[in-house]
Amino acid sequence: MSDRDVLVLAEVQRDALADVALELLAAARSIAAATGGEVVALVLSGDGARYTASLGAADRILVVNDPQLAAYAPGPYLAALEEIVAAEAPRAVLIGATSIGWDMAPMLAARLKAPLVTGCTAIRVDGAGLVVTSSFCGGKMMAEVQVAASPAVLMTLPGSFRPSADAGKAQVETRALSKPLEPGEVRFEEFILPEAGDVDITQQDVLVAVGRGIQQKENVELAEELAGALGGAVCASRPVVDQGWLPATRQVGKSGMTVKPKLYLALGISGAPEHQEGMKGSDLIVAVNTDPNAPIFDVAHYGAEVDALELLPALVEAVQARRG
Amino acid sequence: MNIAVVIRQVPDLIEPLEVDAAGTALDLGSASFIVNESDDHALEQAILMKEAGGGTVTVVALDCGDVDNTLYAAAAKGADRIVKIALEGDPPSAQNAAVMLAEAVKPLGADLVLVGVQAHNELEGVLAPLLAAGLGLPYVGVIRGVKAGAEPGTISACKEFPGAVMARLTVKLPAVLGILGADQPPRYVPVSRIRAAMKSTQFEEQAAAAADVEPLVAVRRLAPPAPAARAEMLTGSEVEVAARIAAILAEKGLVK
Repeated sequence: MSDRDVLVLAEVQRDALADVALELLAAARSIAAATGGEVVALVLSGDGARYTASLGAADRILVVNDPQLAAYAPGPYLAALEEIVAAEAPRAVLIGATSIGWDMAPMLAARLKAPLVTGCTAIRVDGAGLVVTSSFCGGKMMAEVQVAASPAVLMTLPGSFRPSADAGKAQVETRALSKPLEPGEVRFEEFILPEAGDVDITQQDVLVAVGRGIQQKENVELAEELAGALGGAVCASRPVVDQGWLPATRQVGKSGMTVKPKLYLALGISGAPEHQEGMKGSDLIVAVNTDPNAPIFDVAHYGAEVDALELLPALVEAVQARRG
Repeated sequence: MNIAVVIRQVPDLIEPLEVDAAGTALDLGSASFIVNESDDHALEQAILMKEAGGGTVTVVALDCGDVDNTLYAAAAKGADRIVKIALEGDPPSAQNAAVMLAEAVKPLGADLVLVGVQAHNELEGVLAPLLAAGLGLPYVGVIRGVKAGAEPGTISACKEFPGAVMARLTVKLPAVLGILGADQPPRYVPVSRIRAAMKSTQFEEQAAAAADVEPLVAVRRLAPPAPAARAEMLTGSEVEVAARIAAILAEKGLVK
């Protein structure tokens, strides 16, 4: 227990440790190395021991087991998190910018009257405080933020830190809470899985991805034509799915799928951090957008500042000509 | 069910963003504003619920970022009441906005408060859970789709997880939800209906409650990102760019 320590919320999503947990451990290690503190991983679960094996990069793993934590519900989850953070009094609490993180980080900060920074991509120690680099305005601006008070609640963008797979010898401590958790006003009922039968975009070698720049549903057909010529499938950024132009099974990004195809052809996609999170591991990224400042060009290998709708027919023709 | 919806204006990311002279904040004087996308979905969700089960929809907004047209559009879509909170000076932080909005929302006695789950310019605070804390109500966010619950005094909400997976939740009312997406895309309203709403809608204007939450963080520098690596840009007409992309793909064995 020390204000030199860094606590990581090692989130469990549908019976699996979230990938971001290992990234957060790496970020926490770099902070703890400067403060001389420990990296503490926290697992909130109905059966936390199942998830500790991959958290060896921590110095200590705290496990809170409670039936109310078996599936995510914000009330009990926040109560447990708040009690542990209050007891540990760390310098920083690192939480992934995930579905659970977007609840927990701001709620925890509000409860503790602690500083919160969203969109964190880099963190360094600066005297008794921290300096955080944060992405906002859809990735079009980066802010350098000074955080003096502890604990700093830092909501970290997945993909910002190289995951730490260190197989250390972290001590596992099972923590009892001061009182049993209450169910809260929000109750988990069930998971609803996507309907089977649609194309699995995570298995495609070639993806033609469409964003807001596709302008209307009818234009998705143009992308389908190109995907057909390349032997791939069409996927989309969130606004296209929000409009109902493609099903949720085709969404790439934070709340959609993570894909790593041989080719990711991004058409009319600005490339907000939430989208990049799902596609930046692709082997080859070609991005087309009329906005020269679109963040998608920061992760693309090739880019073109042209209208995707104008380009599409020409590209279908050029690909077909190559195929003979 | 009586639903309150909070609507915010945010800088339009299609337009170039400028940083102020101090280099620590957006220069909002040069920005153009649009409705925050997830707030627009929150409004749509509220209207859908009213259409399905009756009740009222009250929109609450701070008067910043050219909000009037957005509020008239909300009225044209079906909002029953519009509460506009007058502001003096710069737009408030999320913490202070939450204080002001909580004071305006409390007297409405809403069963359900819907707010967009995030705004792209939120850096040191997220409005929806802060508002819930200010109202003393439960909160859950990243919600895509809400309907009346099986039990009285509840709603059923879907929380989005990666991989197109949803968690179905039962939420006891009153509560605040952070909306990511509505059950259907925000409806289009023709300009003629917005113009009609401009003539028939009376905003309920009120002064902002005092809010002086001190910031807990300080922005030292704000700037566009300096990319570690930038794409190799292909130039020329669409036909020339298409030919170049096809050649690159062929070179890499991706055209078969």
